Amino acid sequence: MSFKWAKPYEPKHPMMKWLDERLPLPRIVYHATGPGYPVPRNLNYWWNFGAVAGIFLTIQIVTGIVLAMHYYSSADGAFNSVNQLIMRDVNAGWLLRYAHMNGASFFFIAVYIHIFRGLYYGSYKAPRELVWMLGLVIYLLMMATAFMGYVLPWGQMSYWGAQVITGFFSAFPLVGEPIRVWLLGGYAPDQAALTRFFSLHYLLPFVIAAVVILHIWALHIPGSGNPTGVDVKDERDTLPFHPFYTAKDGWFVGAFLLVYAIVTFFAPNYLGHPDNYIPANPLATPAEIVPEWYFWPFYAILRSFTFDFLLPAKLWGVLAMFSSILLLFFLPWLDKSPVRSGNYRPLFQRFFWLLVIDVLLLGWAGGGAPTPFRNAIGQICAAYYFLHFLVILPLVSRFETTLPLPSSISESVLHGEAAEAAPMGQTKKRGGSVAVPAE
Amino acid sequence: MVRVIAFLVGLVFAGVLLISLITGVATYISSPPAPLAAEEFHLKPKHLDLASDGLFGNFKNQAQLQRGFQVYSEVCSACHSLKLVSFRDLKGLGYKDAEIKKIASDWKTQVPSINPETGEASTRKALPSDTFPSPFPNEVAARAANNNALPPDLSLITKAREGGGAYVYSLLTGFQNQPAELLKKFPDAKTPQGLHYNPYFANLNIAMPPPLTTTGQVTYADGTPATVDQMARDVAAFLVWTANPELERRHAAGFSVSIFLLVASILGYLAYQQIWYEAKRAVRVTGPLEPENQAKTRRAKAKQGVAG
Amino acid sequence: MATKAQSAEGPETTESGGEGVRRRDFLNVAAVSFAGVGTVAALAPLVVQMSPSADVLAMATTEVDISKVQPGQGIKTQWRKQPVFVRNLTPKEIAEADAVSISSLRDPQTLAERTKPGHKNWLITLGVCTHLGCVPLGIGEGENRGPYGGYFCPCHGSMYDTAARIRQGPAPKNLMVPDYKFLSPTTVQIG
Repeated sequence: MSFKWAKPYEPKHPMMKWLDERLPLPRIVYHATGPGYPVPRNLNYWWNFGAVAGIFLTIQIVTGIVLAMHYYSSADGAFNSVNQLIMRDVNAGWLLRYAHMNGASFFFIAVYIHIFRGLYYGSYKAPRELVWMLGLVIYLLMMATAFMGYVLPWGQMSYWGAQVITGFFSAFPLVGEPIRVWLLGGYAPDQAALTRFFSLHYLLPFVIAAVVILHIWALHIPGSGNPTGVDVKDERDTLPFHPFYTAKDGWFVGAFLLVYAIVTFFAPNYLGHPDNYIPANPLATPAEIVPEWYFWPFYAILRSFTFDFLLPAKLWGVLAMFSSILLLFFLPWLDKSPVRSGNYRPLFQRFFWLLVIDVLLLGWAGGGAPTPFRNAIGQICAAYYFLHFLVILPLVSRFETTLPLPSSISESVLHGEAAEAAPMGQTKKRGGSVAVPAE
Repeated sequence: MVRVIAFLVGLVFAGVLLISLITGVATYISSPPAPLAAEEFHLKPKHLDLASDGLFGNFKNQAQLQRGFQVYSEVCSACHSLKLVSFRDLKGLGYKDAEIKKIASDWKTQVPSINPETGEASTRKALPSDTFPSPFPNEVAARAANNNALPPDLSLITKAREGGGAYVYSLLTGFQNQPAELLKKFPDAKTPQGLHYNPYFANLNIAMPPPLTTTGQVTYADGTPATVDQMARDVAAFLVWTANPELERRHAAGFSVSIFLLVASILGYLAYQQIWYEAKRAVRVTGPLEPENQAKTRRAKAKQGVAG
Repeated sequence: MATKAQSAEGPETTESGGEGVRRRDFLNVAAVSFAGVGTVAALAPLVVQMSPSADVLAMATTEVDISKVQPGQGIKTQWRKQPVFVRNLTPKEIAEADAVSISSLRDPQTLAERTKPGHKNWLITLGVCTHLGCVPLGIGEGENRGPYGGYFCPCHGSMYDTAARIRQGPAPKNLMVPDYKFLSPTTVQIG
């Protein structure tokens, strides 16, 4: 698939030969994640998070299937099936529920780091635009899945979250309300909405898995990117995925799972909201309706629009919220700098870190009650978010002075382990034909 | 083309946000939001030490949990249901099967059932396999009996409130007269008739009258003096148990899994280092990984009798 | 995870390299085995969650009030969501059961073996035909009790006698007698 010096698949065991002649699955695995996939030798730990995300998709699917054996998708019985049956009576039910609940959070943590890696290192640039866009499709599917999953326990936040999110659609003139009623199967979240969300929540992760396969496939055509953004030139630039990156991914996944285990076993409700332990009550709105933490930045963008300028503020909010993700699809064409990696784009780097801080602040703004101070911060940060991608990046990519790139990956590795291991942004600026990182 | 449109869209969004920001700031300056009594006088929960706190939390203090259950049975269960807890779960508090059977059949509210002969709705004594029967048959009855307020189910209350057991404890011991300075500052915020002032409650005025009022309201079987403070602590501990019955197993499994993952990660890391060591060393020492260079080096080293 | 063939270094030929290989192999094997054991252990909750949950197990004993069942009558009740036949045998039915030669039975059992001492008239069995699981007729008033005066299964014609033992038809075993005990002369606890 990628490079001509990739080790060829040569099955020795007669059973593997038999299988390979009839269905080349082992061959595909060999060339996808085995010794037959050459990978740049200089990947740093920011490259581990794709595998971590994949592991969490698996964890979510496995725990989800098993939880579905006990879950009751009726408006009367859902809360009890989760909090009584599963949490108390089902053998290891509490473990499966907490693992699934926190697995979603850790899945998002891994995916967010993975996305920001892509933003910094220009992974979205040619020829990997489709990898990037498939990734965004995965992210959108994840958001839909997570939203619907959160509704299933039918707690207060489940119900009111469903109310708010389906309420977005009514912001659109004319078609909005009919679409909302169609989505819900009623005028408010009720039995009809619950059972269909359960059905779709079970379905979408498999759609995600299929898109993940496409995502990896699309990546393996040009091969993986690397921290320098310089293309692979020859054999010296790469190492076979197995055993080098299986080992690196392997231990790192273990460490990440350790953090996950500590949260799941010792603070399982830390990332959640207490109000979801109150059964849903359509007649009583909670003091503050907030989604789960991974939606907070978007919630902040939504709430930031408070003034009816030409369009109602609610519609602005909804449009901006959807746009904030949709604009990412256009990133390869907004940022057309031929230099991929932020390591060699000092001006870009500064704005990148501003974006990181901005998104964190947006998260803070979206996670609490809308006080005037929070609103103001949210508005400033939301404005920066849009300006960053739509105005600043195109300008920066057009006018910046980039640092000279190393002539090849192995050159950059040769001239210091520091280049290979440097956390993002620590490459110093020097003149000369080769970027020599400080030791 | 994309960039032109993007540029405009970006400016539009930023512009509308700026307008929102400016109008928001202007509103704040011209008519600052009135301070709310709730914001100023609401108190965070008091500190409460429970055996179930922390990494090593457990339910070994069964004496306290049983006292808490006694408080629930004799005081709270008049209005509050415990619908998610089964009588058989009381085994976790150290009660024997026979005791549980008696607690269930003696429980003052019976389980709704059908008369096996006439088919009419009736009630029967609870069995250990039943959940705690609700004091009221439905929400309407509950509100009717409580001044239109609905006493919440207590099974998950310590997970459903910020502060958990400490919140419950603070609430139960926090009933007091409305402070004079509150009335001075917010004359409209006088506690309405039928409500009770409690600064630990989010809205400051709670419909529940203070349930624990006198020492000795409950006579503890183990002889512990039943002060209001003690009863509040005990019932808070009990309610932490009802919300987290799996806590001890969870912590035990947590330790095993965490230690396992720690060891597995360390082993994995060492294996990773070893696998990469050769690759890194080859680049560092011999330059590009040309097989001839490598072979040359190895031969030279073998000649010198130096380990490769 | 033998790394000899897969590393990008080329053939290993030196002795000292060999020892490094053994150490490397050991660490890799250790790491992978550890991960493998962990994965298998992680399967445990996934398997165990399908076993009956605590609420199902709690319903595993049922108390039945038999005070209203007259001799010659029977009631159908439930235990573990399965039908249970509780029959009060008449002296004639007891005599009929005792008169059968045990060696002629497909599943040899005496009536005494299938009842509790002192309560020989109380025949408590599952109402599940041991052939393929239908609920036999005969417990209710007026139901077909078959030629042996016990129970008759309409699905494939299994016929049980007054002690609910299989006499004719495809069923291999007598109707199952569950674990039960008399809590009092009028109350039986099954399970």
